[in-house]
Amino acid sequence: MLRLEPFAFARPGSVDEAVALLAKHGRAARLIAGGTDVMPNLKHGLYEPEVVIGLSAVAELRGIALEGGGAAANGSDGELVIGAMTTLAEVESHPLVLARAPGLAQAARSVAGPTQRTMGTLGGNVCLDTRCVWINQSHFWRKSLGYCLKKDGTVCHVVQGGKSCVAAASNDTATLLCALGATLVIRSARGVRAVAIRDFYKPDGAMNQRLEPDELLTQIRVPAPRRSSGASWSGYAKLRARNSIDFPKLSIAVAWTTDRVGAIDDATLVVSAIAAVPRVIAGIADLARGGRADDPALIARLGEQARKVTIPLTNIDGDTGWRRAMVPVFVKRAFAAARMATTG
Amino acid sequence: MTAVTHLLRLDVNGSTVDVAAPAHWTLLEVLRYRLALTGSKQGCDKGDCGACTVLFDGKARLACITLAADAVGHRVTTIEGLVTPAGLDVLQRTFDEAGALQCGFCQPGMIVAARACLDRKPDATRAEIKEALASNLCRCTGYTKIFEAVEQAVRAGKAAHVGGPASLLPSGDATPAPASGAAR
Ligand SMILES: Cc1cc2nc3c(=O)[nH]c(=O)nc-3n(C[C@H](O)[C@H](O)[C@H](O)COP(=O)(O)OP(=O)(O)OC[C@H]3O[C@@H](n4cnc5c(N)ncnc54)[C@H](O)[C@@H]3O)c2cc1C
Ligand code: SF4
Ligand code: FES
Ligand code: FES
Repeated sequence: MLRLEPFAFARPGSVDEAVALLAKHGRAARLIAGGTDVMPNLKHGLYEPEVVIGLSAVAELRGIALEGGGAAANGSDGELVIGAMTTLAEVESHPLVLARAPGLAQAARSVAGPTQRTMGTLGGNVCLDTRCVWINQSHFWRKSLGYCLKKDGTVCHVVQGGKSCVAAASNDTATLLCALGATLVIRSARGVRAVAIRDFYKPDGAMNQRLEPDELLTQIRVPAPRRSSGASWSGYAKLRARNSIDFPKLSIAVAWTTDRVGAIDDATLVVSAIAAVPRVIAGIADLARGGRADDPALIARLGEQARKVTIPLTNIDGDTGWRRAMVPVFVKRAFAAARMATTG
Repeated sequence: MTAVTHLLRLDVNGSTVDVAAPAHWTLLEVLRYRLALTGSKQGCDKGDCGACTVLFDGKARLACITLAADAVGHRVTTIEGLVTPAGLDVLQRTFDEAGALQCGFCQPGMIVAARACLDRKPDATRAEIKEALASNLCRCTGYTKIFEAVEQAVRAGKAAHVGGPASLLPSGDATPAPASGAAR
């Protein structure tokens, strides 16, 4: 049995109420969306909040819509807007997501198992805490080992002599949202701000998000594909121990656009479940431009470009050499997944 | 910090119950240690195994990682609630007939998750059944007989609601996807 330590519970009914509570309690508060990550972490003593704020009754944070389209009759040039409390089960099956960002549906569907996805939200996935084999353990286990830098301790068990935590971003949808260049809308009692998801994460495993204690993520916005493009594509592939419930040992997302004759004119490749920040691989667009997404030689070159700069650590279990060797394989699978579900 | 106790009004297996419980108690703790509904099992107690699966407005949910206070306003159905005066749920019968258990610890969660699956899709295929039960671990059976038991329920009269309580029928708020335009 894993008991929770006492805390008070608040259940706001609106965003205004939620940010007022956050403004009042600050670092003493902890948000619960679907609870699928925060509850195990609370049970492991990773957080010690005085107040837990449950977001389940904030209806305005749910839903999927296209906004700002107009020129194209079907609204295909609008921005895809997803409320933070929309469940992963809704994201993975929603027609707008399937049509506009099929890779996001694939990434959402690859999170945990079906019951966790019925509970877990897209906002909770974006704000997921980093993971490490030395930290996602019971308090008893961590205490026996003398703790570590991320919580209660002074050493890192992954990097000997390390001065900062290198726990891994393990949120499947974040990899894909980085590839698509999504924007996050963040509210607080102080106001509202928008931040590119690629600037949201910082290289500190102890807290890898640029989010103040009084802030609430309200929306995830996926931009329309550039108007000049012929077509846009996105795909996701994940290395995991079992096809049900397991977190990624390698998380790979691709997104690209083609011109009117089907040649690639822009491409992005993101690798995660390595360190605290999903990594946008440099030089991919230049390598890919003018090529074809069904050209195995090109995909192999892109995979090699990603493998070169990907150095897995022992923060996640599974042989590090094997995980590195799998990078080109999963790049290939991400391209294949995208090509199975094209969009206009 | 000292524990804060809440008076919670819960809807469990079709009855309204008032229960006093600490704010940091999970729904599973309230079910087992306040309401004596011990059918929902406490396995991993951290969201990994599915032994604690209950229905929340007809959808599968892990009670060990749900705060009891967050269950207020939702219809909670446990394995006990699948039994009605009319008898056992068809899944309870087919799990028995198929011998879909060894130690039986996973079984309440399996049956509840299977019930959510068949309420959504009474003619679920083997592939859909496997996918719907992917959050439920069984350390004994190797799963084959569990899948067979659910298939047997599909065959046994299109499964839906045979013996299931009226509270399992979808209500207005059980519509799957949110209406587009709801995000602001
Ligand atoms: C068995 C199991 C397997 C899992 N496997 C995977 C996996 O393969 N891949 C994966 O990515 N995840 C996995 N998870 C973790 C989790 O289910 C998902 O990441 C889920 O999307 C988290 O969403 P949630 O709504 O439950 O978040 P919560 O647990 O409620 O919250 C997660 C974090 O985000 C913060 N937060 C939530 N909403 C907001 C908001 N609106 N604004 C600011 N902060 C917020 C919370 O305070 C908390 O720190 C797994 C979990 C379990 C139990
Ligand atoms: S990377 Fe090091 S400091 Fe961070 S959680 Fe793992 S062991 Fe702890
Ligand atoms: S006891 Fe709840 S998932 Fe294992
Ligand atoms: S029968 Fe023992 S865990 Fe499933």
